[in-house]
Amino acid sequence: MSAANTLHARRARAAWWLLAPMLAALALAAGWPLARTVWLSLTDASLADPAGHAYIGFANYLERDAGQWYGVLADPQWWRAVRNTLWFVLASVGLETVLGVAIALALNVPFRGRGLVRAAVLVPWAIPTVVSAKLWAWMLNDEFGVLNRAALELGLISAPLAWTADPRLALFAVVAVDVWKTTPFMVLLVLAALQLLPRDCYEAARVDGVHPVKMFFRVTLPLIWPALAVAIAFRALDALRVFDLIYVLTANSTSTMSISVYARQQLIDFQDLGYGSAASTLVFLTVGLAAIVYLRLARLRPGALQ
Amino acid sequence: MRGLVCIAAVIAATGSSVHAATVAISCGAVGRELELCREGADAWARRTGHSVRLVSTPASGTERLALYQQLLAARASDVDVLQIDVVWPGILANHLVDLGEAAAAVLGDHAEALVRNNTVGGRLVAIPWFVDVGLLYYRRDLLARHDAEVPRTWPELTATAGRIQRAERAAGSSRLWGFVFQGRAYEGLTCNALEWLASHGAGTLIDSAGRIALNAPAAESIIALAASWITTISPRGVLNYSEEEARGLFQSGQAVFMRNWPYAWALLQDDTSPVRGRVGVTTLPAGPDGRPAATLGGQQLAVSRYSRAPEAAISLALFLASRAEQKRRAIAGGYHPTVPALYRDREVLAASPLFGILGEALAYAVARPSSVTGPAYNRVSHAFANAVHAALAGQSDAASSVRTLERQLRRLQRRGAWTQARS
Amino acid sequence: MSVARRLRRLTLRALFALLLAAILAFSLFPLYYACVTSVTPPGELFRAALVPPGWTLEHYRAVVTGPFAYSILNSALVAAAVVAVSVGLALGAGYALARIRFRGRGGVLFAILSVSMFPQIAVLAGMFQLVRSFGLFDSLGALVFSYLTLTLPFAAWVLATFARAIPRELEEAAALDGAGPLRIIGRIFVPLLQPALIATGLLVFVAAWNEFLFALTFTLSDESRTVPVAIALLSGASAYELPWGAITAAAVVVTLPIVSLALIFQRHIVSGLLAGAIKG
Repeated sequence: MSAANTLHARRARAAWWLLAPMLAALALAAGWPLARTVWLSLTDASLADPAGHAYIGFANYLERDAGQWYGVLADPQWWRAVRNTLWFVLASVGLETVLGVAIALALNVPFRGRGLVRAAVLVPWAIPTVVSAKLWAWMLNDEFGVLNRAALELGLISAPLAWTADPRLALFAVVAVDVWKTTPFMVLLVLAALQLLPRDCYEAARVDGVHPVKMFFRVTLPLIWPALAVAIAFRALDALRVFDLIYVLTANSTSTMSISVYARQQLIDFQDLGYGSAASTLVFLTVGLAAIVYLRLARLRPGALQ
Repeated sequence: MRGLVCIAAVIAATGSSVHAATVAISCGAVGRELELCREGADAWARRTGHSVRLVSTPASGTERLALYQQLLAARASDVDVLQIDVVWPGILANHLVDLGEAAAAVLGDHAEALVRNNTVGGRLVAIPWFVDVGLLYYRRDLLARHDAEVPRTWPELTATAGRIQRAERAAGSSRLWGFVFQGRAYEGLTCNALEWLASHGAGTLIDSAGRIALNAPAAESIIALAASWITTISPRGVLNYSEEEARGLFQSGQAVFMRNWPYAWALLQDDTSPVRGRVGVTTLPAGPDGRPAATLGGQQLAVSRYSRAPEAAISLALFLASRAEQKRRAIAGGYHPTVPALYRDREVLAASPLFGILGEALAYAVARPSSVTGPAYNRVSHAFANAVHAALAGQSDAASSVRTLERQLRRLQRRGAWTQARS
Repeated sequence: MSVARRLRRLTLRALFALLLAAILAFSLFPLYYACVTSVTPPGELFRAALVPPGWTLEHYRAVVTGPFAYSILNSALVAAAVVAVSVGLALGAGYALARIRFRGRGGVLFAILSVSMFPQIAVLAGMFQLVRSFGLFDSLGALVFSYLTLTLPFAAWVLATFARAIPRELEEAAALDGAGPLRIIGRIFVPLLQPALIATGLLVFVAAWNEFLFALTFTLSDESRTVPVAIALLSGASAYELPWGAITAAAVVVTLPIVSLALIFQRHIVSGLLAGAIKG
C-alpha cells in the first residue's frame, strides 16, 4: 500500500517537474500581461498619457451618467461585433470541419502523387494571413477582380458584386476567405489521426462488406473524435479572436467588425487605454465562456481527455 | 590616479557638447520619399558633423500612428525626429517637444493654417513639412468629346458625370463610371465628406472653440446627393475604396472624374499609364455659394520628448523644414511646400503644372478638427465616417445619419473629451 | 472481372480524380493567380487576367535584392526556435498530462487551454512592457518569447491527446524495467508519436512564420523584421501605392520554403505509420 503511494507521489512530482518549465513560460508571457490589462481596464488610462491614470472601478464596462449609459456593454457597436464574431465562428468552423474531414479522407486513400497533393493542400495555410488577405482583396475587387470577371463571363451574375464593400456581402466574403485559409489545419490534424487508426478494424469491415458510409459514421468518426474535437476547439478559439483577416479585408467596417477589431480600435485608434483594456478583457471573457460551453457540449472533460 | 579620474570627468562633462550625436529619424517609408529625406538628412549631417539613421516605419498612416504611440508611451528613445500626419499633433502632443522657441525666426514663412494646426495648448509641437489638398481629376478627352465643361459645383459634377457615363456606355464602353472617390469607412472618407460639407456651408464638424459646427439641413442635402451617386455614377464597390482603388479605376480608363490627393498625378502621367496625357486636374467643385473646399493633408516634423539628443534632433527637423530644403524637394520630387511664398517662385512653378492649381486650392483648404479635439479626434472622425458611410450604403437615409452624428458628437463632447486641454 | 464491375471501378476512379482536381484548384488557385500577377508588367496590373499579358521579372528582382531577403532568414530562425522550444516543452507536458494522474490535472489542462483564449490585443500592451524591460525590444528573442503564448497551449493539448491513445502496456513494461519518465518519453513515446509530432511541429512552424501583430510591434529595424511585416511594409513609390506586383512576388517567394517543408515531412508522416505501427 505505502509502496504504491510513494510510487504515485513520485510520479506526481515527476509530472509537476515536467510541467514546470511550460507553466512558468506561460505565466510570464501570458499571465502577467493579461493581469496588467485587467488592471488597466479599471482605470482611465490613455495612450496619450499612460502614467497619469486613476482608478475608476467598472466605469469602462458600464456606468450611468446623467441618464445615459456609457461603457463597452452599453455600446451597440460592441454587441454588433459580438454578433458578427459568433456568426463568423459558427459558419467558418462548421465549414472547415466538414471540408477538412472530407479532404483528409480523400488524402488517406493511397494514390500516385499523394505526397504532392498533400503539400499542395497546405499552401493556403502557409501563406501569411496578411498576404492572403491582400491577395483575396485583390481577387474580390469589384472592378478588376478576377472572381467577378469569371462569374460575369460564366453568366452567374449580371453585374459585378462588391464582395468586401457591400455590408450585406462582406461577412460572407470574410468567412469564405477564412475557410480557404484554415481548412488545411483541420486536414492535417484529421489526417494524422486517420493514419494512427488501427488497420485491422478496416480489414475486418471490408471482409464483412460493410458499406463505406456506415463505416465512416460508426467506426472512423468515433475513433478520430478526440483529435477532431481538439482541432475544433483550437480552431474555434482562434476564430473567436479573429483579427488579421477582418482588419486587412474590411478594416474598421462595422458590418464585419469582430470583437478583437473593436478592442484594437478602442485601444489604439482611439488611444483609450482604459476603455480598450475593458474591451480586451471582455473579449477574453467571451472566448472563455464560449470555450466552457464547447467543452460541456463536446463532453470533453479536461481530466479525462476522452 | 585621482588626476586621471578628474581628467576623465572633465572630458565626460564637456564631451556631450562636442560629441557627434546620432539622430534617428522616421521619415517616409518608401521610394522617392525616402530618397529625398535621406539626401536632406545627409546634407544636414555634413553641415553639422552629426550622423543620421533612417528608421523605416509602416507606410499606412494608421499603422505608423500605432507604432509611434507604442514607442512614445513606452518612452523609447529609438526615434528622435518623427514625421507625423497633419491630424496627429493633437493626439501626440504630450510626447512632443515644444519647438516654439527654436522655430520662432522661421515660423512666419509657413502657412498660418498649418502653424495653427500644429499648435496644441499653446505649444508648437510640430513644424510643417509638406502639404496635400484634395483635388478633382478629370478626363480631358471625354469632356471634350461630349462638349462638357469642367464642373464648378457638385450638382454640375453629378449631371456631367451621369451624362458622359450614359453616352459612353451606349457607345460601347460598358464599364465606364462617372465619379470615383474614397468611400471606405476610414479617415479618407472623413476627408471626402468634410469637403462636401464645408463647400455647402454645413460646417466643419467642430469649430476652433470646441463647439459643434454642423448645419444639419445643409449636411443632409449634400449627403443625400452623395448617396445618390452610388450605383448611378459610382460603382457600389466605392464603399470599400481607399486612394489606391480609386486611382486604379481611373488610371485604367474606367472613370470620368476622380477625387484624390496630388500624388496620383505623377502615376497617371507615367509611361505605363493608359490615360497618360489625357488627364486634367482642378480644384474640387463648390457649393451653392460658390466656395469650394479641399481637405488639408500633408506631413509635419516633430521631435520626441524622450530623445537622447534633443538639440541635434531639433536642428535636423528645422533644417529639413527650411525654405531652401522645401524648394529642393518641390523641384526634385513634387513635394508641395508649406511656405506660401514658394508658390510664386518661378523655378518651383516650372517643376510641375500641379503647383499652380495647388496654390489656388490651398486658399480653400479646410483643416480637420484634430487640434481642438486632441486625443478624441479619432473618435470624432470615426463617428463622422461611419455616419456618412451608412448613408452612402443605403443603410439609413441622410437625415437620420446626420441626427446620429449630432448625437454622437454631443455625447463625445459631454464626456469632456476635448474640453480638458492637457498642457 | 465483369464489364459492369470494371466500368464501376473506372467511374469511381474518374470521380475520385475529379475530386482531387477540385481540391487542388481550391487550394492552389490564389497562389497561381499570385504567380501570374507577380510576372505581370506594372501597367497591366489593373486588368484581371488568368494568363499573364506580359512577362517581367522586375518584381522578383525588387523583392530579392531589398531588405526582404534578410527577413526570410529571420523568420526561419524564429520559427525553428519556436518549434524546438514548443515541441520540447510540450512533449514533457503532454506526457505528464496524458499519463500521470495527479491532483490538479484538470485545472492545469484548463489553465493551459485558457491561454489560448487570450486575444493578442489583450496581452499586447503588457507584453510590450515585458519585452522592453528584458531589453529584448527589436530583437528576435522578443518574438520567440511572445510566440510561445500562441504555440505552447496548442502543442501541449495535441500531444497529450495523441499520447493518450498509445497503449499502456508498452509504457508499463518500461516502467517495470525501472525507466524514469524521461526515458519512457524518449524511448517509447517519441517514435510512436512521430506523425503527431511532425504535424504539430509543422503547424507550429507555420504559425510562427505567419504571425504578424507581435512582429510588427516588437521589431523596428530592417535587420530584425520577419516576413509578414516586411511584406506589409512593401510599398510602391508613394505612400498610397499598393505594389501588387511586389506583394505577389514576395508571397510566392515566401510560400516556397513552407511548401518544400511540407513535401519533405509529409513523407515522414507516412513512414512513421509504417515503422512504428501500433500493433494491437
